Amino acid sequence: MSQPIPTAAEPVASRYTVRVATRTSRIFTVIALALVVLLVFAPAFASRPMLQDLILVFLLASLALCWNLMAGYAGLISVGQQAFVGLGGYALFALIIVGGFDPLLSIPFAALIVALLSIPVGSLVFRMQGAYFAVVTWVVAEVFRLLLAQWRELGGGTGTSLPRSATGDMFGLEFISELFGVRSAAAREIIIYWAALFTTVLVVGGCYYLLRSRVGLALRAIKDGEVAAQSVGVSTTRIKFGIYVFAAFCAGLVGAIYFLQTSRISPDAAFSLLDWTAYIIFIVVIGGLATIEGPIIGAILFVLLRNALSGFGPWYLIVLGVLGIAVMLLAPKGIWGNFSQFTGIHLFPTRRHLDIAPAKEQNK
Amino acid sequence: MEHLNTIVQGILLGGLYALYAAGLSLIFGVMRLINLAHGDLIVLAAFVLLAMVTALGLPLPIALLILLPFAFALGWALQRYLLNRTLGDDILLPLLVTFGLQILIQNGLLVAFSADSRKLSLGAIETQSVNILGLSIGVVPLITFAVAVIVLGALSYIFYGTGLGRRLRATSDSTEVVQLMGVNPRVVFAIAMGISFVVLTIAAFFMGIRSNFDPSVGPARLLYAFEAVVIGGLGSLWGTLAGGVILGVAQAIGARINPEWQILAGHLVFLVFIIFRPRGLFPKQ
Repeated sequence: MSQPIPTAAEPVASRYTVRVATRTSRIFTVIALALVVLLVFAPAFASRPMLQDLILVFLLASLALCWNLMAGYAGLISVGQQAFVGLGGYALFALIIVGGFDPLLSIPFAALIVALLSIPVGSLVFRMQGAYFAVVTWVVAEVFRLLLAQWRELGGGTGTSLPRSATGDMFGLEFISELFGVRSAAAREIIIYWAALFTTVLVVGGCYYLLRSRVGLALRAIKDGEVAAQSVGVSTTRIKFGIYVFAAFCAGLVGAIYFLQTSRISPDAAFSLLDWTAYIIFIVVIGGLATIEGPIIGAILFVLLRNALSGFGPWYLIVLGVLGIAVMLLAPKGIWGNFSQFTGIHLFPTRRHLDIAPAKEQNK
Repeated sequence: MEHLNTIVQGILLGGLYALYAAGLSLIFGVMRLINLAHGDLIVLAAFVLLAMVTALGLPLPIALLILLPFAFALGWALQRYLLNRTLGDDILLPLLVTFGLQILIQNGLLVAFSADSRKLSLGAIETQSVNILGLSIGVVPLITFAVAVIVLGALSYIFYGTGLGRRLRATSDSTEVVQLMGVNPRVVFAIAMGISFVVLTIAAFFMGIRSNFDPSVGPARLLYAFEAVVIGGLGSLWGTLAGGVILGVAQAIGARINPEWQILAGHLVFLVFIIFRPRGLFPKQ
């Protein structure tokens, strides 16, 4: 007997379903939600160094996820994300010191300012493509570094610290201080911890939602063949631009939160290529490019490595460099990419599967 | 007169930038690769020259002549055994591997030579100057510019006047088609990288004489080189000289207004070019 052919009585659509989730991913969603709840309550039981490490993991993972979204999915290789991290930090300091706003409430506004700035910056760097795009983003970051070194009110080239009055008086500080029974400095860190956690959840959720939506399909099409994608009506530039602005917004959030925690900013720290781009690329490459799990794993691994090896100075970076190059050449899928290929496990599945239901018996 | 002096100094500075850029331009022209470690390789070469002078007691120009063939070999080997593995349709891989090299070189130099600022010394000639049209022009900047012109001339000759140049250009046009003619693009790429290393070693010689350097100054050299290449027109050798000169003049004028604006002025002129002439002055068709 030949394959049953769907007839008019049995519409095609009813037999085919597109499925993205897997059983593992459904179970993992529950675990992930439980993990987020656990992390929210972590300040109640975790030590301060632990919280500080977690803040760093959250911020680096957020940046790595955004870089991954650009490089791994949209084909935008930027080596200039430090521009937006630095701008986020400087926007926050300007809002607090010049504007006199509350530090916590300044964070989202700083990120918004960065997102707005990223629109003209984007229209400039989008004039170049591929490898040129990469280097031009770097030049732009240098321009911002040199420009902000001229801002005398924020300390010029040597940078500045947040005034005590600003750091000691933050929205919610007193409440947290009483709730956990801790001093003001620790309470401040708890608030910053939550802000960092919120940023990561936002970025993970944002990336996952984006990749499962029509945009995700479009990105996949762009990756497989940009010209072909354009020919079937995917407006590739608009999607790439949107992702660029989203990544800038997130980098702005990260910069604002990070420099609120350190309470000190300087052009060299804010626009550091090493901290905000080289480390991030390492994290993504080691963890696994073009996956959501990879950058998160990479960020955790990076902070562990940093804690273990930070005493070795330049040797630590030499090890990172060698490791990065070796992974790129020998195992370009990274830790998660290889694991997932080997086991077939996807915690954040974005690939669509077509399920074909067996045809009903033909009664005749 | 002051203004003319600024411009002349800028043009001569542009000679140095053209030397930084020549190797990068060549590599881009042949294999569409941007070597992000280019600036750090210049700094590495300067440190090697310094070590040859201090440890072996060689005069600096002799050290340069001895180093050049080794530089070619190193560039050849780097391309043959590492970078050739990264070439393909995906531009991510070569970018990231050269980015990793950048981190390796910077920190390797930090371990070997510390973060101290160094300088190469050429003796009394460094302070000598000649009077042209009432302007006092340093002999070293003048030599740098002359060498830049000679190097670009030599590259032009290799490119357009020799069999090797024909292979280089053909490989640049299509790596598939040249294979039908019996040319191995991987070998051609390795030779191109070797030549690029020779040029960047010459650039390192003049950088070390004209300014202080330490392990962290490489990326800035890469950016100047890249800007000169883009302003001049991608893959155009003489355009690279023009690009270097424009960048040098922009920096000299910026520095004249405010010393802190020197680098910024160069970057801004570059961005203006991106807006109005993204393909550069002399784009290769």
